[in-house]
Amino acid sequence: MGPETLIGEIRARLGPAVEGVADSFGDPVLVLRAADVRPALAALREPPFDYAVLLDLTCVDYAAGEGRFELVYHLYSLSRNVRLRLKASVPAADPAVGSLVGLWKNAEWLEREVFDMFGVRFEGHPYLRRLLTYEGFEGHPLRKSYPWRLEQPRIPMKGEG
Amino acid sequence: MSGFDFVATRLDTAIGWGRKFSLFHYPFVTACCGMEYMSTACAHFDIDRFGAGLTRFSPRQADLLLVVGTITHKLAPVLRTVYDQMLEPKWVIAFGACTVSGGIYRNYAVVQGIDKIIPVDVYIPGCPPRPETVLDGLLKLQDRIQRQKQDWRWARKP
Repeated sequence: MGPETLIGEIRARLGPAVEGVADSFGDPVLVLRAADVRPALAALREPPFDYAVLLDLTCVDYAAGEGRFELVYHLYSLSRNVRLRLKASVPAADPAVGSLVGLWKNAEWLEREVFDMFGVRFEGHPYLRRLLTYEGFEGHPLRKSYPWRLEQPRIPMKGEG
Repeated sequence: MSGFDFVATRLDTAIGWGRKFSLFHYPFVTACCGMEYMSTACAHFDIDRFGAGLTRFSPRQADLLLVVGTITHKLAPVLRTVYDQMLEPKWVIAFGACTVSGGIYRNYAVVQGIDKIIPVDVYIPGCPPRPETVLDGLLKLQDRIQRQKQDWRWARKP
C-alpha cells in the first residue's frame, strides 16, 4: 500500500476528525481536531493501520499573535515499517486534550513533560504533575510568554536579592 | 620570631604536606565533564600520581569536592547538602564551564556558577577541560593547601 493510499484509508476511517493533510518536506502530516485526538489515535493503533508505537508526543508554542499550542504525535507501525505524524491545535488560553495513557504506557511521562513545560492539561491522565521542574515552580518554562532569564532558585543564592 | 612561631610554621608545613598528598575526593558528576573526569582518573592520566585519586562516595570521608558538570536549581539543594556533610578541612574544585559560570546555559533551570551556593577554591575552565587542565587545577589546589594557614583542631581559637 503506497503512502497516498494509506493516507486516503486513514481519512476514510477517521472521517471528520481529520481536518486536513499538510506536507512536511515530502512527509504527510495529518491535522486532527483536538477533541478527537484520543479516539483517532485509538483507531490508528488497531489493525489494519497497526500504529503500535507512540514514538513521541510533544508540543509547539505559536506565540506570534496566534495564541495557540500545537500538539505533535509521532506514530510508528511495526508491521508496515512506516511512520505517521499528527498535529492538533489547542487554544493557549485553556489548553486541554484527551490523554493517551490508556493506549500507550509511555504517554504517562511524555504528557507530564508537555504539561510541565507548556501547561497543557491531559484529560484522564492518572497523575498529571510536574516531571522536569519541581513542585512549587511557577509558570511553564517552554511557553514563549515565560521570561527567558527568570530563575526560580529553591535555595538562596549568594549575591542576589 | 619567637620559638613558638617557628614551631607553628614548621607544623603548618608538615600538616599542609600531609593534607595535600592525601586528598580523598567526592566526585559530584552530573554531565558531559564526567567523561573527562573518568579519563583523568584512568591509567593514561592517572590522577593517583598526585595523591588525590582515592574516590569516596561518602561526603563524610572526603575532603575534596569535585563538582563536575551542570548544576540545576532542582539539584542545587543536594549539592549544598553534600558540601555541608563534608568534614573540615574541605576544598572545592569547580570543574568545567557549566559549574564555573553556568556555561552555555542561561535559562530558567541552571545555576549560574556554583559559587552562588558553596565556596570554591579552584575554578577549572573549559567545555570540557582537558585532563591536563584538570591536573593543573589539582596541582594549584595542592599548592594552595601547602601554603595556607592550617586549621589545628587543638589550637586555641582567637
